[in-house]
Amino acid sequence: MGKALTVDHLHVSYYGKEVIKDVSFSINTGKLVGIIGPNGAGKSTIMKATLGLIPKDKGNVRILEKPLKAVRKKIAYVPQRNNLDWDFPINVIDTVLLGTYPHLGLMRRPNAKQKEWAFQCLKEVGMEDFSKQQIGELSGGQQQRVFLARALAQKAELFFLDEPFVGIDVSSETTIIKILKNLCDKGKTVLVVHHDLTKVEDYFDELILLNKELVEYGPVQQVFKAETISQAYQANLSILKKVGVSM
Amino acid sequence: MEFIQDLMNYGFLQKALFTSIMVGILCGVIGCFIILRGMALMGDAISHAVLPGVAISFMLGINYFYGAVVMGLLTAIGIGYISQNSRVKSDSSIGIVFSAFFALGVLLITKASTAIDLTQILFGNVLSVRTSDMWLTLIIGAIVLLIVILFYKEFLITTFDPTMAQAYGLPVRFIHYVIMILLTLVTVASLQTVGVILVVAMLITPASTAYLLTNRLSTMIFLSAFFGALSAVIGLYFSSEYNLSSGAVIVLATTSIFILAFIFSPKQGILWRMIREKKNKASI
Repeated sequence: MGKALTVDHLHVSYYGKEVIKDVSFSINTGKLVGIIGPNGAGKSTIMKATLGLIPKDKGNVRILEKPLKAVRKKIAYVPQRNNLDWDFPINVIDTVLLGTYPHLGLMRRPNAKQKEWAFQCLKEVGMEDFSKQQIGELSGGQQQRVFLARALAQKAELFFLDEPFVGIDVSSETTIIKILKNLCDKGKTVLVVHHDLTKVEDYFDELILLNKELVEYGPVQQVFKAETISQAYQANLSILKKVGVSM
Repeated sequence: MEFIQDLMNYGFLQKALFTSIMVGILCGVIGCFIILRGMALMGDAISHAVLPGVAISFMLGINYFYGAVVMGLLTAIGIGYISQNSRVKSDSSIGIVFSAFFALGVLLITKASTAIDLTQILFGNVLSVRTSDMWLTLIIGAIVLLIVILFYKEFLITTFDPTMAQAYGLPVRFIHYVIMILLTLVTVASLQTVGVILVVAMLITPASTAYLLTNRLSTMIFLSAFFGALSAVIGLYFSSEYNLSSGAVIVLATTSIFILAFIFSPKQGILWRMIREKKNKASI
């Protein structure tokens, strides 16, 4: 089993304020990994820094045992939903088709083969009946499924999803997690920024517990314990019991 | 139909028609990207800021095109630099930079007052288009359209989802400056037809009209180019028949088309929206 992602002594700051302090971990391929931690813990930031979307101060990131530049096209990133213009004149199938762009190269247009592939990806998330709808007309869960379909269309090895389950319906959430688990079974690696602690144990193989520094990284059973969680959240234990953290 | 006969008879009118149609198409195409990127103000800024470039070119005795392009780019870079390196927000830095350039331009032009007519640059006069201007517009048009066709895919993704574009390795900032260059070129090409002050209307209004009518970017671009060209023809007709300022008439033509779309657009129009709401209420 190879390494999917290795982060080595990573430091990131925003406007002079350090938001990621000396974080190191190394993830094997084929894992479904949750990144959890309180608000402002730097969950999205660490994802963006890993992808080279924001500059890092110090540290080294290797993806699939190579530097980021060499493997950019093997990564699919699904950003938070609120960062997009949902009034953009684009329909569902064309949005999924964007996923084929990275492999097309400059100046080449998608042809029938790419369109067929995009449609298959759309089918996989169960959204094929909506292919001609404008993306703003969909519900939050449907939008998230379309963007997952776009990520699938990228034929990536690594999938990064930033808060995919925020504000979506239960059936979309079930569909999405099923597809993510399926990807891992095929040897792909999936990282998910997640802030709801309730379903963590059902969803993920491993957890990265973050609060600016790395609190702990490891298999879910090892990380998802009252002491470690409360250390990161600095919350009292009775609240944690309510959300089902094992004592 | 006197207009058509005039067109047959007068070469200056043919040049004017050809140039203004070209300008309408170009502004329509680039305008789509400008409004979808939320850069409408940037279009306004660059068009005003080319003024000192025009004046300096005139003083140096070169074609105004060169000076205008340089100034347009300086503006785009200056605005980006201020908003990225201070807490001043982007709309404020646009205001600071372009008004400074515009003021400088006004001074330079009045100082070098020999042959350039400030009103003509500010408001355009399509009937005075020379053959060289027509060729310039044609060449600019060919370059701009070719780049948009070749890099359509890259323009689309960096406009819609710059984060994804950056994540898979597209040079997002470089593409931003390419679009700024195209915007400057289009603005310069439009100087003769609609003038510095009203170019922004040609960029924004036809594109916004098209935006109300379709949910596909490619269709939006075609519609926008069509509305731009149509307004140019209408504008030219009224301008030559009734001796009115061409820029002003063209802009009012784009506005009229926009108002029609705003009211009657099947999906976005206020008329159907009102009817749908009434129906909904009735069914409850």
